[in-house]
Amino acid sequence: MVQFNLPKNSKIVTGKTWPKPEGATNVRKFQIYRWNPDDEKNPSVDTYFLDMDRCGPMVLDALIKIKNEIDPTLTFRRSCREGICGSCAMNIDGINTLACIYGLDEIKGDVRIFPLPHMSVVKDLIPDLTHFYAQHASIMPWLETKTNRPAKEWRQSIEDRKKLDGLYECVMCASCSTSCPSYWWNGDKYLGPAALLHAYRWIIDSRDEATGERLDELEDPFKLYRCHTIMNCAKTCPKGLNPAKAIAHIKKLMLERAH
Amino acid sequence: MADVNRGNRPLSPFMFVKYYRLQMTAFSSVMVRITGNALIAASFLCVWWLLAAATGPEYFEFVDWLIRSWVGDIVMFLSVWALWYHLGGGIRHLIWDAGYCLDVDVSEKMGWAMIIGATILTVLTAFVV
Repeated sequence: MVQFNLPKNSKIVTGKTWPKPEGATNVRKFQIYRWNPDDEKNPSVDTYFLDMDRCGPMVLDALIKIKNEIDPTLTFRRSCREGICGSCAMNIDGINTLACIYGLDEIKGDVRIFPLPHMSVVKDLIPDLTHFYAQHASIMPWLETKTNRPAKEWRQSIEDRKKLDGLYECVMCASCSTSCPSYWWNGDKYLGPAALLHAYRWIIDSRDEATGERLDELEDPFKLYRCHTIMNCAKTCPKGLNPAKAIAHIKKLMLERAH
Repeated sequence: MADVNRGNRPLSPFMFVKYYRLQMTAFSSVMVRITGNALIAASFLCVWWLLAAATGPEYFEFVDWLIRSWVGDIVMFLSVWALWYHLGGGIRHLIWDAGYCLDVDVSEKMGWAMIIGATILTVLTAFVV
């Protein structure tokens, strides 16, 4: 349902301002969303200051520096630090992206960091992705075949393999789905850009033999058709993919098989 | 999952402009909705005008005066813009649904074309009518 305000328990209050580093000349201000499940307080925005002459170039470098040197309670997911695991997706400077591959020099002024939008918060910058993963699992993200297994691998021509470019690179970071107003307001039933991009990746795989069943599953007013081509997904994808295009192609395939 | 507090988890902030940057494609999309809804109201105004004409000369005189006053002029002028913009939005959806122009930069350009096109066509319409 369309919603413009945060519920009462989610309203953000002013948080703690942490001391500035001593003797630093190149100081930058960071405003970071905090919520601790272990006390009864509302979420807050804490203010930190970092000496940029002693900080790595990426947003994740700054977060790690804060955790190591200022506030060890700051909680966030991270792993590969090179944009391939998708763990450190968060809302940075008003867009969703991966903290590890987003440069601090791409941000003007203070650095504002929030969890992925319109999600249930587990702690600080960590959203609950249970439902997001369940939606991904629901589109059968694997090769479905009916014919007998070949002696070696399932083969594919170079042209057919090329159709998967721009789709297989998705790292499931959830930046796109949580940038989508349709997903904010109908995320319980609408599958969202990430799951639909994966659905299309299997629909157009030349080796897959369940195309009809896959399309049947998506023929639903909510699962697929809540996409209104708002395109926040394609604009924000840290891997430069275009879920909106994949979804439009699924809609087209729906029409083509109906005629 | 470990036994942690899952009862009163907050919803992370999402609101446009303040927490999520308003993108050109999102703006041009929501404008299609806003103009569509505004046009429903505008069409009721036109129906009211026609009903007044069918009701009687005195009532028509009142409604006709209201719709042709400067306030009515502004409402109708903006409605013409909304009509052209909404038409542009419809054409953009047809192009998208045919599988074309789905890259972000092209979609953004189409959004600007809808705004500029609607403005030019509205001025032209105002001159002709």
